[in-house]
Amino acid sequence: MTTATLKAQQTRGVAQRRKRYPERPTWKTVVLTASAYIVALIFIFPYIDMVITSLRPQAELGTSAVLPKHFTFSAYSQLLSSGLLHNLLITVYIAAGATILVLVVAMPAAYYAARYKFRGRILFLLIVLITQMMQPASMLVGIYRQYFTIGGLDTVWSLILVNAGFNMAFAVWILTAYFGSIPRELEEAAMVEGTSRLGALRRVTLPLAAPGVVTALIFTFIAAWNEFLVALTLTTTPDKQPLTVAINSFLGAYSIPWQNLFAASVIATIPVIVLFALIERKVVSGLTAGSIK
Amino acid sequence: MSHSTAVQSLGHAAPPSRRRRPIVLRVARTLTPLLWIGPSIALIGFAVGWPVYSMFRTSFLKVSSFGLVEGGNGGANFTKLFNEPQFASIIERSVIWVVSVVVITTVISLGLAQMFHKRFPGRRITRWALIAPWAASVLMTAIVFKWMLSPTSGLINVVGHHLGLVGSLDRADPLGVASTSFPWLIIVAIFVSLPFTTYAILAGHNSIPGGLYEAAAVDGASKWRAYWSITLPLLRPAIVVATLINIMNVFNNFPIIWAMTHGQPGYSTATTTVFMYILKGSDIGESAAMSVINFGIVAIFTAVFLKVSGWKTEVE
Repeated sequence: MTTATLKAQQTRGVAQRRKRYPERPTWKTVVLTASAYIVALIFIFPYIDMVITSLRPQAELGTSAVLPKHFTFSAYSQLLSSGLLHNLLITVYIAAGATILVLVVAMPAAYYAARYKFRGRILFLLIVLITQMMQPASMLVGIYRQYFTIGGLDTVWSLILVNAGFNMAFAVWILTAYFGSIPRELEEAAMVEGTSRLGALRRVTLPLAAPGVVTALIFTFIAAWNEFLVALTLTTTPDKQPLTVAINSFLGAYSIPWQNLFAASVIATIPVIVLFALIERKVVSGLTAGSIK
Repeated sequence: MSHSTAVQSLGHAAPPSRRRRPIVLRVARTLTPLLWIGPSIALIGFAVGWPVYSMFRTSFLKVSSFGLVEGGNGGANFTKLFNEPQFASIIERSVIWVVSVVVITTVISLGLAQMFHKRFPGRRITRWALIAPWAASVLMTAIVFKWMLSPTSGLINVVGHHLGLVGSLDRADPLGVASTSFPWLIIVAIFVSLPFTTYAILAGHNSIPGGLYEAAAVDGASKWRAYWSITLPLLRPAIVVATLINIMNVFNNFPIIWAMTHGQPGYSTATTTVFMYILKGSDIGESAAMSVINFGIVAIFTAVFLKVSGWKTEVE
């Protein structure tokens, strides 16, 4: 029996175990549902306040009223005239660049490490695991000195490289687990039928590993999208900074323009939350492949 | 055991060939792995290896405030760092920071995962809500909390005021007072760590065959007993992985503290990461020394994790 069929059986077992909701919900379900909704509300509460504040008129900013009397979109229209959209574009470049680089580099490595025993395989996976622990924060001065030396300050490519470099390990790790869980017999069967190794990889393995690939992709994208510390360190010119750094510089103002700040935050936050919600189930299965084999 | 057979069949990936192959083929064979994993090693080397080297080197250099290297400095950067009056308290605070955030996060996540693993109407929507702090930038979450805790108009203060927990609204400045600011930073750090941990544990829940619980019920085991003897042991890999990633994330966390307090008042909310960043503005060499210490701490955590996680059996 292969891992895949075992998994399929487990899924069937789970499906059998689940019963349809009874006509009248039990007290237990009611309490569970109510508390789950309360928890959910707590988790999105700050972001609701973020949206509300971005719609508050200037005059109502300093008041203690929970909800403003009027709503205004002026913070959003001011956003268009401010340079923040340019900063958002830089964020898009960095996140997209890092994601592409990670996929191009991590996929072959993960596939090979999952399929073959080669000399140095354990060492390679150990290096990957160690890299996964490493974060730019613990070697920030080194990063700064490196790009200072090679002229990478205030550039998009330096941030792409840093983000790709530090997020690749997680992608390799999760993809190795994913590729490893796909029975090689499937690939061999395709090859018996005359497909080349690469063809089998493309037509059989990659589609099966798609949830893992998507997970790795989204993880990298969001990490690079949200990255702050390295960008804060490597960029000094306002029109070279990604959105996180640009938003942070608002905080230094004598009087903080909260509604503008939050209008930009809302625009930067909603895409990633939606992106994440779209793949919620795959993230779970992707994580399963990474942590529990 | 189907699982172990699958793993074993991987072990025999390349059947050893006794026949001597031409040298070109043998060289090609040795180099094939490099073709596949080489780019990733190159990227790690450039983006991670180089900064590590550069950090260690800089920690022994005397660097001017304009970034010019003025020569070697021996161990003077470290001596200066250790003699900073607040050094010991910053190390102590970093430990409290990591331990409290990680432990509380894991415990709450176990409960949340238990809850969201059950079926109830609207589970998908509530799970989406759970994702928000994970998807959103930590920096922006921290800024919202700073806003919600601000004097006079901060929503948390206002609600606390209505509940009678907060006295005068104009004086309520939880982040401005050393005794309350650090606990609030810990709360925000837990808040942003919960989604990932909960999801990792939820994934663990999904991998537990339901039949085990039926068997336990047949044997007359109570729900607690089943949780303790089935769920927790089988969740162990998920918990270990989540905890590892959390420790690193929390230890290296910078945006929460930076956005909310800048490590102030005084240095009362600064961890080693924040302190390193503050030092970077005045003395790169000393900052590099702090960086080296941070790196060492991360290395110790990593080694401990590698030892307990049994990662080798996982990849073999």
